[in-house]
Amino acid sequence: MSALQAQRADLLVLGAGPAGMAAATQAAQGGLSVTLLDEQPEAGGQVYRAPPAEFGPARASPDATLGAALRQALTASGARHLPHRRAWFVEPGFRVHVVGPAGPELHEAPRLIVATGAHERIVPAPGWTLPGVVGLAAATVMLKAEGVLPGHRTVVAGVGPLLAAVAVGILKAGGKVAAVIDLARPNDWLRRLPALAARPELLARGVGWRARLAVARVPVLHGYTVVALHGEGELDTVEVAPVDAVSWRPLDGPRRRIAADACALGHGLVPDTSITRLLQLRHVFRPEQGGWVAETDADLRTSLPGLYVAGDGAGIGGAAAAEERGRIAALAVLRDAGRLDAAGHVAHSAAPRAARQRAERFGAGIATLMQARPGPYAAIPPETVVCRCEDITRATIETALDAGARDVNQAKAWTRCGMGPCQGRMCGETLAELVALRLGDRAAAGLLTGRAPLRPVPYDLLVGDFEYAALDLPAPAPS
Amino acid sequence: MVGTEMGVASLRIAGIARGASISLSVDGRAVEAFAGESIATALWAAGIRHLRASPGGAPRGMFCGMGVCQECVVEVEGVSVLACQTRVVEGLDVRLRHDDPA
Repeated sequence: MSALQAQRADLLVLGAGPAGMAAATQAAQGGLSVTLLDEQPEAGGQVYRAPPAEFGPARASPDATLGAALRQALTASGARHLPHRRAWFVEPGFRVHVVGPAGPELHEAPRLIVATGAHERIVPAPGWTLPGVVGLAAATVMLKAEGVLPGHRTVVAGVGPLLAAVAVGILKAGGKVAAVIDLARPNDWLRRLPALAARPELLARGVGWRARLAVARVPVLHGYTVVALHGEGELDTVEVAPVDAVSWRPLDGPRRRIAADACALGHGLVPDTSITRLLQLRHVFRPEQGGWVAETDADLRTSLPGLYVAGDGAGIGGAAAAEERGRIAALAVLRDAGRLDAAGHVAHSAAPRAARQRAERFGAGIATLMQARPGPYAAIPPETVVCRCEDITRATIETALDAGARDVNQAKAWTRCGMGPCQGRMCGETLAELVALRLGDRAAAGLLTGRAPLRPVPYDLLVGDFEYAALDLPAPAPS
Repeated sequence: MVGTEMGVASLRIAGIARGASISLSVDGRAVEAFAGESIATALWAAGIRHLRASPGGAPRGMFCGMGVCQECVVEVEGVSVLACQTRVVEGLDVRLRHDDPA
């Protein structure tokens, strides 16, 4: 491999969602040289993702306004924002290897804030691999950024606030929602009202979405789940069934079939821990925050000096909490780098700490609503594909468990589930839940060991041009 | 802005300003797209959702929409790219791997 010239900074921030943008802004304002690395063409992350520049100015919405304000502050702060960068390896110290638009790059800094957000938890059902079935987050991107409907008749299914957001987004765009299939019952929402009242404006928005669905006479089935997706080569029918109120296990009895050419499916969010797992940090299992998270102190310092986590990657808390966590992590960086004394740190931290607390109360209400329950996993039929990359079925995983696999890494090694190019981001949750069904304990199922490359990267890009004859090869072993 | 579509049957949302109208080649077939769209969006709007085959030969298409799941891999100018993370360019030559599991 040709040696890359490292680009140095005082601080690297990975991920330009609300946490990364706020962190980079705060640290740059505090006098540090900051490089913010992100995969997308524009800062914003998934929640504040902007339409492509070619589409002209974004249409007004609460999210567009919040995202624009963060982007503006980021630009004004002088932080160096590098888009189109895919991080594939992170070394302690810290060295971040990325693939950029012009090829591989190496970024180096004594401090690193990981703000890589979350990905979706999607419980497998037969047929979930059919073209036409997408994640709720994918549907959001299509509606908000790409300007395209998920389908002519779309079923929106799963759990959490994105259900109503996506369904209303489809209606506003002139599309048709065949049905909303919600695992939660009204009671699940009512019980969380005290927490949700911490953000009255968001609560009101959620209530408004529900009203809009009612006005449009969209069938909303509470306490239902998708049990199968049918179609020849592409989706044409979604099969749904009621679930029990506690474990969300589908109940026996008649099932409903709904004609639809698209289904947007999502069962909550999982914090992205790929980098902190790669660096072998201590993690704790917090199901009420989406699952495993790196252990941190109150200022988001991890157990590895110089490494901080912020945003949903530190536990699902929502966009507003992510932004405040970004500020808090950056203030900890400034304190640790000697740019702030103890008194200054306390003074600057007061406002973001208070805002974080309020935002996290709301976020906790949403996160516990979306918390994984065993029923939907227990109901996955044996021949259903769990690992999409490698076509590994539940039956194959159960065989490994029968043979004695007792944690996710054993199950992965024996079945290849989680070894494909998505690196277990799509199947890791299901694998862990299936192991947990045997052990009766999700934390005991463990978490997948982090491996590089974090993202698939073209090998020739990393290796560069070389003459095979010029390589210093060892002599072959005597035969 | 050019290319605002009003077609009832189109999955492109009406009334949104888009980039310039351009043309892609998908397995040799011309597909209309608008500057700024991802390859996945352009194909989705054209009704092309089956993008590749799984190792077992099953049809797959865009799924996560954010560069995580790797299901929307297509071949562009001989290189594997994620269709949801790659923007369209006039004359882009896209090949779908229906027979050749990636």
